[in-house]
Amino acid sequence: MARLKPVPFLQAAPLALILVFFLLIPMFVLVVVSFFDYDSVQIIPAFQLTNYTDVLGSAVTWRTYLNTFRFTVIVWAVTVVLGFTVAYVLAFEIRSRTTQMVLFLVCTVPFLTSNIIRMISWIPFLGREGLLNSALLKLGLIHQPLEFLLFSDFAVVLAYTHLYALFMVTPIFNTMMRIDRRLLEAALDNGAGWWRTITTVVLPLSKSGIAIGSIFVVTMVMGDFVTVRLMSGGQSASVGLMISNQISLLQYPAACANAVVLLAIVLMMIGAILRIVDIRKEL
Amino acid sequence: MTGTFRRYVLLGVLGLFILFLYGPTLTILVLSFQGPDGGLTFPMNGVSLHWFARLFQTQAVGDFGGSLTRSFTLATMVMVTTVVVSLAAGMAFRRKFWGAGPLFTLTVASLIIPSILVSLGVGLLFNQLGFDPDWYSSAFGAQLTWTLPFGLLIMFAVFNRFNRAWEEAARDLGATPWQSFRHVVLPIILPSVIGIALFGFTLSYDEFARTLLTAGSDNTLPLEIFGMTTSVTTPVLYALGTLTTVFSFFVILVSLVIVRVLAAKRGA
Repeated sequence: MARLKPVPFLQAAPLALILVFFLLIPMFVLVVVSFFDYDSVQIIPAFQLTNYTDVLGSAVTWRTYLNTFRFTVIVWAVTVVLGFTVAYVLAFEIRSRTTQMVLFLVCTVPFLTSNIIRMISWIPFLGREGLLNSALLKLGLIHQPLEFLLFSDFAVVLAYTHLYALFMVTPIFNTMMRIDRRLLEAALDNGAGWWRTITTVVLPLSKSGIAIGSIFVVTMVMGDFVTVRLMSGGQSASVGLMISNQISLLQYPAACANAVVLLAIVLMMIGAILRIVDIRKEL
Repeated sequence: MTGTFRRYVLLGVLGLFILFLYGPTLTILVLSFQGPDGGLTFPMNGVSLHWFARLFQTQAVGDFGGSLTRSFTLATMVMVTTVVVSLAAGMAFRRKFWGAGPLFTLTVASLIIPSILVSLGVGLLFNQLGFDPDWYSSAFGAQLTWTLPFGLLIMFAVFNRFNRAWEEAARDLGATPWQSFRHVVLPIILPSVIGIALFGFTLSYDEFARTLLTAGSDNTLPLEIFGMTTSVTTPVLYALGTLTTVFSFFVILVSLVIVRVLAAKRGA
């Protein structure tokens, strides 16, 4: 154990205090309240397991979890392929350092704008009379507007990809930039084709970036409720949405029990990712 | 597949990705200038500033002015706190100190715990303590759990590449620790500090999930916009989207200009 040194200790204290008060204690409160009793107006301190048996015993909960997993797996698969490709192009196909940084910035900027606005902006594109339907109609490819584009699972996955692809691109790009270019040349010199170089050199060396991106995407999709609510038009469910509905009905202990289960599952998923890939060298 | 052809395909993928990122936003930017009789989709029914004007009439949107002021103030508070706290913690993590490991774990946990759980937890904590949740207290804290980890990770990236010889030189020349920080370390890392400020400001300004259950009775702008999505079916929604997006771009641009000016000054 390091000796108690006052200066770094004091420098780290504000961060520690904020995180303890606004993260650690709130998570503790969540766990405590998840054992409470409640009626239609208030929560009643108690120690009971009813909230958990309700959560785990209901078929609706299981279906909702399955649906959330389904979204997570699909979005993860799409963003990994897309993120890897985009990061690869940025890192290896763009030769000029300035162009590379400008394009990377261009890819990062949307992350700093409003998620809700970015979701809303799909409406004129995907809607019944939206750009895509009009274009397809004009081209004669369809004879009536496609209804599944907006307010559907398709729209939810599209919005997730739109919002979270950056979280995959950035860490993979960072890892790729650290790959020694001579390794690629060596692979080519030894007769490996382009595809083989990617699968045997670039991909294994980008694993930690992929893992970090996956952790981001998985946790954000697992915990999301806004995107499902806005983009599915109330036709799809997610765990986050279920929790937010319970909150609006003031069923706080039930929401907390759900939250604790969700947290446990998310932490297990992250544990599994970390089991497969060691990301410590990235930190 | 020849090399050149493949290169064009790959560059095409990047182009499409950028179009995918910006295309929808550009669509609502155009549609926000819809004529007074225009709807939520194309075609444009004339061109006007009608919907921007409507935005500033109180009945059109809940409380646009108030929520904008609150969001701006909150984002500034979060920005300043994020910069100061993550800078200090970043300095601390360069040395070993008691509790460094658990604090790092807690910071990473802060990044990966779903936002709605933080929102619910902080809301309940205030409730149990008998405090009223407010945008400047509970929402402020809840947002910091999202911005501080980013700030600290940026600091890690900076100090990983930092050459300690500069500090040693300052110390050899008789600088106190504060002088070496103020005149040596800070000027070198300033562009990254601006980056942290930018992250702190914009992430707070657009934050929704962590604010939802912690903002109390007064809405921030994202909460106001979310409320509008269910009730407003006119392009006034797009006008608001255009305004906040333009504002975000403005903030990003200002930060980039500051970084460029700093770089130019150092080069001179």
